[in-house]
Amino acid sequence: MAQAISPPEVIDGDPSGRRGGYSSDAAGLGRLRAGAFVAPALLLIAAFLVFPALWVLYLGLTNYRLTGAAAAEPQFVGLDNFLDAVANPTFWNSTWLTLQFVLGSAVIGQVVLGFTIAWVLRDRRGPLKRLVEGLVILAWILPSAVVSFLWVALLDRDGGTLNALLGIPGFAWLLDHPMLSIIIFNTWRGTAFSMMLYGAALGNVPPSHLESARLAGASGWQQLRDVVFPHIRGHILTNLLLISLWTFNDFSPFLLTAGGPDGRSEVLAVHVYKVALQSGELGYGAAVSTIILLINLVVAVFYLRLLRSKK
Amino acid sequence: MTPRFVLGRIGFYTLIAVLLAFFTIPLLWLVTAPFTSDPTYEVRMPDFTWENFQAVLEHPYALPSLWNSLVLSVGTALLVVVMAALAAYALSRVRLPGRDALLYALLLLSSIITGTAAMVPLFQLAVELNLIDSQLGLILILTGGLLPAAIFMLKDFMDSTPKSYEESARVFGASPLQIVRHVVVPLVRPGLATIAVWSIANVWGNFLMPYLLLSDVEKQPAAVITYTLYTEGGQANLRMLSTFGLLYSVPVVLMYLFVSKKYGFRFHGGIKR
Repeated sequence: MAQAISPPEVIDGDPSGRRGGYSSDAAGLGRLRAGAFVAPALLLIAAFLVFPALWVLYLGLTNYRLTGAAAAEPQFVGLDNFLDAVANPTFWNSTWLTLQFVLGSAVIGQVVLGFTIAWVLRDRRGPLKRLVEGLVILAWILPSAVVSFLWVALLDRDGGTLNALLGIPGFAWLLDHPMLSIIIFNTWRGTAFSMMLYGAALGNVPPSHLESARLAGASGWQQLRDVVFPHIRGHILTNLLLISLWTFNDFSPFLLTAGGPDGRSEVLAVHVYKVALQSGELGYGAAVSTIILLINLVVAVFYLRLLRSKK
Repeated sequence: MTPRFVLGRIGFYTLIAVLLAFFTIPLLWLVTAPFTSDPTYEVRMPDFTWENFQAVLEHPYALPSLWNSLVLSVGTALLVVVMAALAAYALSRVRLPGRDALLYALLLLSSIITGTAAMVPLFQLAVELNLIDSQLGLILILTGGLLPAAIFMLKDFMDSTPKSYEESARVFGASPLQIVRHVVVPLVRPGLATIAVWSIANVWGNFLMPYLLLSDVEKQPAAVITYTLYTEGGQANLRMLSTFGLLYSVPVVLMYLFVSKKYGFRFHGGIKR
């Protein structure tokens, strides 16, 4: 790490001779000033990140509502909200849909597509590679409100481009297959990250290893399995954890289907919004948020452990 | 040329063609419809009219919302850069007690407390503090969310810059604050620029927080106005949506091109929230 210790001759050569007032870091900042530098950031983080997270734990234990009597004087109800959630089929429906969403669009869609693109383009240079990568990245960087509407237009029942291409006018993708629609949408939207990560990872696989495998007569699949995967195992795990976390917390399905029809694409992120802010059951919504926080925590701790073990 | 080689080539180009189609087709509408008079959902060859842009200019909320997006993203970026730079510098150069635990906690917090998990308490906090419909309030909330990752990335960056300049400046009697302003800031400028662009891009595209916290249509950024345009008022106004969507997207693309040209596109683990 970069612990800053001035070499002794620098301190000796200090023209002001105020050695005692200076600490041993490079700019002579000293702990007090360093603390003052860190404080504003920590204050904001405490107020708008840590406090809300703690507050959600408390709210989840109350019957707080947006309007009505319980809004004025919320009461402590213990674990009632959590018991309600566990007994509520809508909650389980959302959990199940979220699992489909994460597995389908992140673990399968983005990872497989991202790796495939990185693998087939690994030895290429030039305009074709730049074109493919540029388009994939474009899907990732455009504002979510815009790309969501682009997909609404693409999937439109009557005039949409997809139905025109497939020759099936009148097929209502967003109404009849809402989950499939948001899974494919999110695969399209998020593949860039996996592609770039695997692109970087494949660059670290020693070409000599691949070469000797090829000389030994290994097929493409055998090279992948025996040479490439062992080298990039850490990257795959990092990639899986991060994109699962992001997809799990992604709110953009709301922009595409708003959870409908009839809650058939109401993933947990959308579920919280609907029960807490549309129906006003803040307490119950906070309990579901707590569950989301805990799941995030488990995934994040795994991820940080992985980072540490790499170092 | 063996048959296997030929098959491989055919397979490769088929795959590339499918990929290009998958990633291009959804975007086609965005580049054709704004230049088509009376656009439908169908992708058509545009007749290159500028009338749709005229309609955007005349819309009461379209251009103001782009201005709001700019205010929110630049305001947040400024706060994030200043605060994260000060904090990251102190954490990089001074061994404060509990520093490593603090950094670990920051990284953990930034990845688990997402908009989804915190929307209920943030909404309530904003109500209690009278920050609903306050752009400043939203900027503070967004800054709080972005700071941990920004501090973490900047500290990494500062760790890798040499300390010898600061030490020489000190030899010549510069005060710590002078050193930070005149020596450190120029040294880490690429890092600061990266954080600024990253923050701007994050806020520019953010939908959930402004949607929750700004109900006054005159204060809403482009993300919320786009959503309103296609969900409210019956028939979606495709002229507005396509053209406004394009105008709203172009700055992101330009920024991306600028960054990848100037610094090469490096990406960090926590870049997206």
